[in-house]
Amino acid sequence: MIELEGLTKRYGEKVAVDRLTFAVRPGIVTGFLGPNGAGKSTTMRMILGLDHPTAGDVRIDGTHYRQLKDPLTYIGALLDAKAVHGGRSAWNHLLCLAQSNGVPASRVAEVLDVVGLTAVARKKAKGFSYGMGQRLGIAAALLGDPRILMFDEPVNGLDPEGIHWIRNLMKSLAAQGRTVFVSSHLMSEMALTADHLVVIGQGRLLADTSMADFIRTNARSYVRVRTPQRERLLDVLHEAGITVVEAGGEALEVEGGKAERIGELAAQYGLVLHELSPQQASLEEAFMQLTAESVEYHAHAGPGPAPQDWGAGWKGA
Amino acid sequence: MSTHQPPMPQAPAPAPDWQAAPGGPYPGYTSPIPVVRTHLGHALASEWTKIKSVRSTMWTLGVFVLLVVGIGLLSGALVEANSDSESLSGENPLSFGFFGLLLGSICIITLGVLTTASEYGTGMIRTTMTACPSRARVLAAKSIVFFTVAFVFALATSGLVAMVHASMLESTGARTPTGSEWFKATVGISLYIALLGLLSLLIGSVIRHSAGAITIMIGVLLAPLVLALFMFTESLSAVRDALLEYSIPNQMSVFYSNSLSESGPSGWDPLWIMLGVTAAVFAGAYALLQSRDV
Repeated sequence: MIELEGLTKRYGEKVAVDRLTFAVRPGIVTGFLGPNGAGKSTTMRMILGLDHPTAGDVRIDGTHYRQLKDPLTYIGALLDAKAVHGGRSAWNHLLCLAQSNGVPASRVAEVLDVVGLTAVARKKAKGFSYGMGQRLGIAAALLGDPRILMFDEPVNGLDPEGIHWIRNLMKSLAAQGRTVFVSSHLMSEMALTADHLVVIGQGRLLADTSMADFIRTNARSYVRVRTPQRERLLDVLHEAGITVVEAGGEALEVEGGKAERIGELAAQYGLVLHELSPQQASLEEAFMQLTAESVEYHAHAGPGPAPQDWGAGWKGA
Repeated sequence: MSTHQPPMPQAPAPAPDWQAAPGGPYPGYTSPIPVVRTHLGHALASEWTKIKSVRSTMWTLGVFVLLVVGIGLLSGALVEANSDSESLSGENPLSFGFFGLLLGSICIITLGVLTTASEYGTGMIRTTMTACPSRARVLAAKSIVFFTVAFVFALATSGLVAMVHASMLESTGARTPTGSEWFKATVGISLYIALLGLLSLLIGSVIRHSAGAITIMIGVLLAPLVLALFMFTESLSAVRDALLEYSIPNQMSVFYSNSLSESGPSGWDPLWIMLGVTAAVFAGAYALLQSRDV
């Protein structure tokens, strides 16, 4: 269990983390979501006692991180894959961490095997690809077999197979009763792994909800229908008591997931359908809506010339 | 090498057949790994693994041995070749070990700085501080391990050179060194060089940047002497004398009773001065480490 209470970090005038209060519970994967620069990494560094909070408090199972005597058996963290001395081999990197916490050296071989780096254990870390560095960081996090695991953007730089692997890893760790706290800026990634969701933007808490609730409130499902006999279909659907939202162009959007029923009605009345597809408004959209006001780094389209005008001056010449 | 892809494990962490301890205010997973209450010894073991597992340690110490022994033997041979049986009469034959140790101290400075600053350069420091949240313990462990390594290497090389010089220069009329001269030319100078390295380690922790910290330490080592050499005017003579007397090379030569001047530090003074400076910088480095974000 990780408990934050009014956690705040200020760098001069800029507030990186603003009065965050929430708890990360054991047994589930908690997603920590926010756009770039929202304060996710700063929050994680404060949890680990690397950065001092300006105000507020954060405790690991009731204790401050700085007071933990054997932190690696308590909490394992992957902050960034580059937190390794490139000249040291994967084996020695993990060995010196194990020694500092009294973890048996036999665990080094075990975690290297878990992340699949056994073959390169004696190679220097600077020769590792980004994905291998990420695996080494995960091995370090698992080293003490900790109750709590924290991953900062773990899928960054991994290939699809690696992403799949880490998703399953996080789920199985949570299933063993561990607390799993994982940050991401990709809603779609979280939708596949997280059971609970904490969303922040510009350092402030925007949502602290279960994934199922978030999907229920934010993901609208509907059926998209296109037909050349628009008016007749509207009548038929109205008679059947089905609500229709007119979308732009010739498409109709029908609330709820009733594609079969619409198809049957169309067949019954001999209507031609060009499209009949169940749709789900993406969680990514819902997330962007939620964080729209707090995104720090916008890509600006204006006030310069619109993209299609680029090079127009040359064409005229 | 970087394109090598490790085999993909099919199953993630094997689930230990261990039941979570029921009750307690914080339920959840309980590891079968026995919990150890860590102490400084764990941090020392960790730092020892770190210092011996990077190649830069081997390089800097290798060059140190080469410089101290090589230049030591070379200067001994040169002195012997250009002397008759009277030319060194009454002199201390151990004093020719100075040249090698002066140049070798640059290696110790470099290794000291790298011990701390390279962790900031690579980001390793975040991993270190996560594994050992007590910053005092990290700094103490690094200091003890480095100081021991530096002292052992300095003692072994300076001792070897001193023994060779003592026997080599007997024929030139040099006197037999006293026990206290032997002690100062081996243990004394080695303690001084190891402290100089420890000072570099602390500066590395303060500056957090290898090149910057090494530059500062080389400046501390050489600048006062070089500046003093060009202070010709009489009105600067007091400053010049102070710079000369307290420059690190001159203080090192005090261990061989070969000072540039009659006044200034003598006997064991250089060691006490270095000890005081290092202790003060240690306190400063510790305070900064406690208050700064990693």
